[in-house]
Amino acid sequence: MSFTYQAGTPFAGDGIKDVSGTIHDGSYTAIIGHTGSGKSTILQHLNALLKPTSGTVTIGDKVITNETNNKNLKPLRQKVGMVFQFAENQLFEQTVAKDIAFGPQNFGVSEKDALALADKMVAMVGLPHDVLEKSPFDLSGGQMRRVAIAGVLAMQPEVLVLDEPTAGLDPAGRHEMMTMFERLHREQGQTIVLVTHQMDDVADYADTVWVMAEGRLIKTGTPREIFSDPAWLKANQLGLPKTAQMAQQLIAKGFHFDPRPLTETELADQLLPQIGGGQHG
Amino acid sequence: MDKLLLGRYIPGHSWIHQLDPRTKLMASFYYIGIVFLANNWQTYLMMFVATLFMIWLSGIRIGFFLRGVRPLIWLILFTVALQVLFVRGGMVYWHWGWLWITKLGLINGAFIFVRFVLIIFMSTLLTLTTQPLSLADAVESLLKPLRVIRVPVTELALVLQIALRFVPTLMDQTTKIMNAQRARGVDFGEGNIFQQMKAVVPLLIPLFVSSFTTADELATAMEARGYQGGDDRTKYRILRYHQRDWIAAAGMAVLTGLLLLLRAY
Repeated sequence: MSFTYQAGTPFAGDGIKDVSGTIHDGSYTAIIGHTGSGKSTILQHLNALLKPTSGTVTIGDKVITNETNNKNLKPLRQKVGMVFQFAENQLFEQTVAKDIAFGPQNFGVSEKDALALADKMVAMVGLPHDVLEKSPFDLSGGQMRRVAIAGVLAMQPEVLVLDEPTAGLDPAGRHEMMTMFERLHREQGQTIVLVTHQMDDVADYADTVWVMAEGRLIKTGTPREIFSDPAWLKANQLGLPKTAQMAQQLIAKGFHFDPRPLTETELADQLLPQIGGGQHG
Repeated sequence: MDKLLLGRYIPGHSWIHQLDPRTKLMASFYYIGIVFLANNWQTYLMMFVATLFMIWLSGIRIGFFLRGVRPLIWLILFTVALQVLFVRGGMVYWHWGWLWITKLGLINGAFIFVRFVLIIFMSTLLTLTTQPLSLADAVESLLKPLRVIRVPVTELALVLQIALRFVPTLMDQTTKIMNAQRARGVDFGEGNIFQQMKAVVPLLIPLFVSSFTTADELATAMEARGYQGGDDRTKYRILRYHQRDWIAAAGMAVLTGLLLLLRAY
């Protein structure tokens, strides 16, 4: 499918071109690429906020084309929960509880059930119970982000789409958020689509990677496949995860890795015998 | 949101684009003033040709100008209808109660229609070929004489410039928040008037909050860089009249002369 911004004006610009791919149920897909490569444009197609200029998007049993009517998209939007960049900007209610309950209520959940969901989700995103009655605007930026994420989780979507959910958070907060998403994926089989610039997160959590450049999908594969070619990554203005960087530096010093480690644990496991730590156990 | 034409600059290097923004601003106002001098088909035809010539000079497709007319078409048709139905004179073609369709009414209606179109084309030409910030500079420069009577011209110009500068930012922000709320199941522009009003709340509150944050951050950033208002500030973009500005002024003068010559008295 392709998408052109402002088609038919001198401002027309290609968003994405001839992108074709499948995101499987229950997968954890990371979409990476240089700024302006079309990542966010793809995301907006996943719940029909944008419709393809040509081609089709199929989500579950719903097919979206250029001609799709804007009505009756609600069931689709409930299925695909979308956490936008700087999601804290979407907060508006008087209390945190009401804001989290807003999404589910739009999709027909009763107020009582929605507030119960809010109660559950606040705990899930790691906020204390007493924020529920506070105004979202009295919270810190990081806490607001969590409330916004809770608001999307409360919709109980089948697919969770995350657009740089940890941008601007401190390292501890980042780790906590990413672990929370990982738990959702592992324990509840939540399908996740993550757009990120953090190669470490890609290596640690994703099972499939899409690489975008200039509006095209130029490579798909497992993180191991994608990160096995540092020169190619660099040519596309992408980096390696820190662990892979370290491994590469060690290889230059005569160490051997097979396969190339991606996570800290893998790196440590392969490194230990080589530095003689293995014998001591 | 992308369809907002008013204030939408189309980059280019045409003769019109290169005119001093002050010239363009004054010429547009002047032109809209002299359109009212036209009162017979010769003068309207001349103004129409002159407008088309300026549009041709700008190198922008006529479609953009027609699109500028579209949002006002009902107002125009309403005014034309009033003229056609209520002005009486000359041959009567149709008549029912107070409503008359007469020769004079039809002619007046046609003239009003052309007048509207000319005015819209001209103001569209101004906004399509001039960056909003240049326009703000032009306003500041033209208002300068008012400083004598203590009008805070530079401050007003700053307010205008900042407001213009943040129109695209606010539009981006609006799109983003609308998307986020749509993803949470809000239907904008659907349902009855009460449902629609309710749907606007989740859009307006975040928009207000982010505008205040942006304003606050901007003020801090300006102070951090030592901004001080006042009349002594120098400018990066200095406005100067060139030869083509005088040509434009002469063109307007010739047009006025011809109008005065050809119009019916």
